[in-house]
Amino acid sequence: MSGLTYLEAVREALREELERDRRVFLIGEDLGAYGGAFKITQGFQERYGMHRVVDTPISELGIVGAAVGAALMGLRPVAEMQFMDFVSCAFDPLVNWAAKCRYRWGKGVPLVVRGPAGGGTTGGPFHGQNVESYFANVAGLKLVSAATARDAKGLLKAAIRDEDPVLFFEYKALYRRPDLREEMPPGDHVVPLGLADVKREGRDLTVVTWGTTLHPCLEAARRLERDGVSVEVVDLRTLVPWDRETVVTSARKTAKVLVAHEAPTLGGFGGEVAAAIQEEAFEWLDAPVRRLGAPSTPIPFAPSLEQAFLPDAARIEAALRDLHAY
Amino acid sequence: MTPPPEDRIGLYRFMLITRDVEERLGILAKQGKLKGGLYRCLGQEAIGVGSAYAMGENDVFGPGIRELGAFFVRGYAPRLVIMQYMAKGGGPTAGRETNVHFGELHPDGRGLISPISMLGSMVSVCTGVALAQRYRGLDAVTVAHTGDGAMSTGQFYEGFNLACVQRLPLVVIGSNNGWAYGTPTNRQFRARDLAARAAGYGCPVMQVDGNDVEAVWAATREAREICLRGQGPVFVEALTMRMVGHAAHDDAKYVSREMLEAWRARDPLALQRQRLLDEGVATQADLAAMEDEVQAMVLAEAEAALAAPEPDPATVIGGVYHGEPSPLAVAGYPWTHGEAAPDGWFRQDAATVESRVRAPFDDTGLWNPEVVPYAPVRAAVEDER
Repeated sequence: MSGLTYLEAVREALREELERDRRVFLIGEDLGAYGGAFKITQGFQERYGMHRVVDTPISELGIVGAAVGAALMGLRPVAEMQFMDFVSCAFDPLVNWAAKCRYRWGKGVPLVVRGPAGGGTTGGPFHGQNVESYFANVAGLKLVSAATARDAKGLLKAAIRDEDPVLFFEYKALYRRPDLREEMPPGDHVVPLGLADVKREGRDLTVVTWGTTLHPCLEAARRLERDGVSVEVVDLRTLVPWDRETVVTSARKTAKVLVAHEAPTLGGFGGEVAAAIQEEAFEWLDAPVRRLGAPSTPIPFAPSLEQAFLPDAARIEAALRDLHAY
Repeated sequence: MTPPPEDRIGLYRFMLITRDVEERLGILAKQGKLKGGLYRCLGQEAIGVGSAYAMGENDVFGPGIRELGAFFVRGYAPRLVIMQYMAKGGGPTAGRETNVHFGELHPDGRGLISPISMLGSMVSVCTGVALAQRYRGLDAVTVAHTGDGAMSTGQFYEGFNLACVQRLPLVVIGSNNGWAYGTPTNRQFRARDLAARAAGYGCPVMQVDGNDVEAVWAATREAREICLRGQGPVFVEALTMRMVGHAAHDDAKYVSREMLEAWRARDPLALQRQRLLDEGVATQADLAAMEDEVQAMVLAEAEAALAAPEPDPATVIGGVYHGEPSPLAVAGYPWTHGEAAPDGWFRQDAATVESRVRAPFDDTGLWNPEVVPYAPVRAAVEDER
């Protein structure tokens, strides 16, 4: 197997940024001796020292609070949440400090809070959530979601170099998937924030997605192709600020759009995307913009329940066929 | 430790400015010229002034809501505060923020951090500031303020605990003014006082008479020295009393007249004034002249604030993200992300910083604290509470 897994790509991005800029440091739980909950930072503390790989008490609030202070002082903290679910504990420093300092008093807070989000690993209600939409309504934050190994590396490097606070969503269901191994582009591979990526071109339908859901969307597109239906798959990659132009261009081209994501449909970011499409492409549309997300329940534990909760290739395929027939 | 004579007078002068500015704000409020609430530090002026006065030039100050005097000590003109309260576009946040919610941080690391309303968060953010001071090898400390109210929040716990584990150069001043809004301390915590609670974190703890500006100055100086030796953080409890309501709308009927009278006899300005006279540091004529001068200065500052422009509604947007136009004068860092930090930004090499960070941890990697005895000096005022 050649290339890097998603997890290895995240590790390489962190390592390259630590090497590149002394202002960059990592802070979080069990990063050092243990090497991180998913072993992403294994060996980092030996190499870079305790001051650049900071082990903390179990304290997401304290970690992000300290990251805010360090960023105000010009450092580039990269804070890890062992699971992105725990970012709820750090809501105040993100929402009231990091997001607002520049507007309030002109000081940017260049930090990254990263960690694994999403379901698919039977993590249950507190190790499988997709929390992006909690933060989409907070002006001042940027939200990034990486669905492939290449994007994970390139987007994370861009997030670390960004002048604003970035919430960076990784996906533990993708971390070690062998089929997602990819060769990294040579050199300093940076993927600019704010740009969507058309992961598959198509003519008849568009599905807009991000995160883990990209992969069942691609699978559904392959199935429809066998029946001669051509599906364009747009990976949003950055939710705030999001790439309206790429999405609207695709909507105008195919005239039928599905927005699919793993978080519950109600209040999910898909609603924002759907609203923007009808505002900017209404005359081009041949069908209402459809949304497919999870039901409005917490994410359940048992494999059968979780499977029923998450949008999978079969449900996405059904939604696309329905849209095609409209 | 007693401050030099000119500083003893300076401490009094900054308390005087603080009180005069607040008196002026009270008048402006009655005239309907202020927007939002007026949060005074009446009776607590010694804490903001004394702690800020004791700092080094390159230290960072993290105020709470009742440390107004620190802004003046750190060089901000009274007009900036008055403009903030009047929501003026010419103010330090161009009308975007209220009261003492403003500040500045310089590329060389010194400054004052704009607080937010969730006051417990200041300690956790200042933990990161102190972490950065050590990381950059700066010979400086951070002075963060909290109080009996803010200290009940989880952000205090998580921030201060991390600071203690990391032995950061952080001085936390906890103002115990008896009340969190309208809730007395015995409904906020069961421990004896803030010092007793702070001792549980394993750091040096002090307790001072918060109405004695020289005592606050001396405690902050000592705490700062401890931090610079790498033995921080230090928690300093300052016992005091909030002599007015939480804000102007609060008549504080929940406070007994006897309690207020007892504390009024210990007014920090009157105490320091009498001390200067008793010890021959200044004459009555000196102080009277200073009082007149400060009063005139504050009046002129208020006039300047009144003349300042209102915010332009067009400035409502912008300055949320990097690169957007903003009405705020942003002192940006002098390099971009793609470049290395300029010479001098890091004052120590990475190996030196690493050895300082590693020093408190023994060979087994276990925390090995020196035992810090908790034996605070009880302040004379304590029994009057």
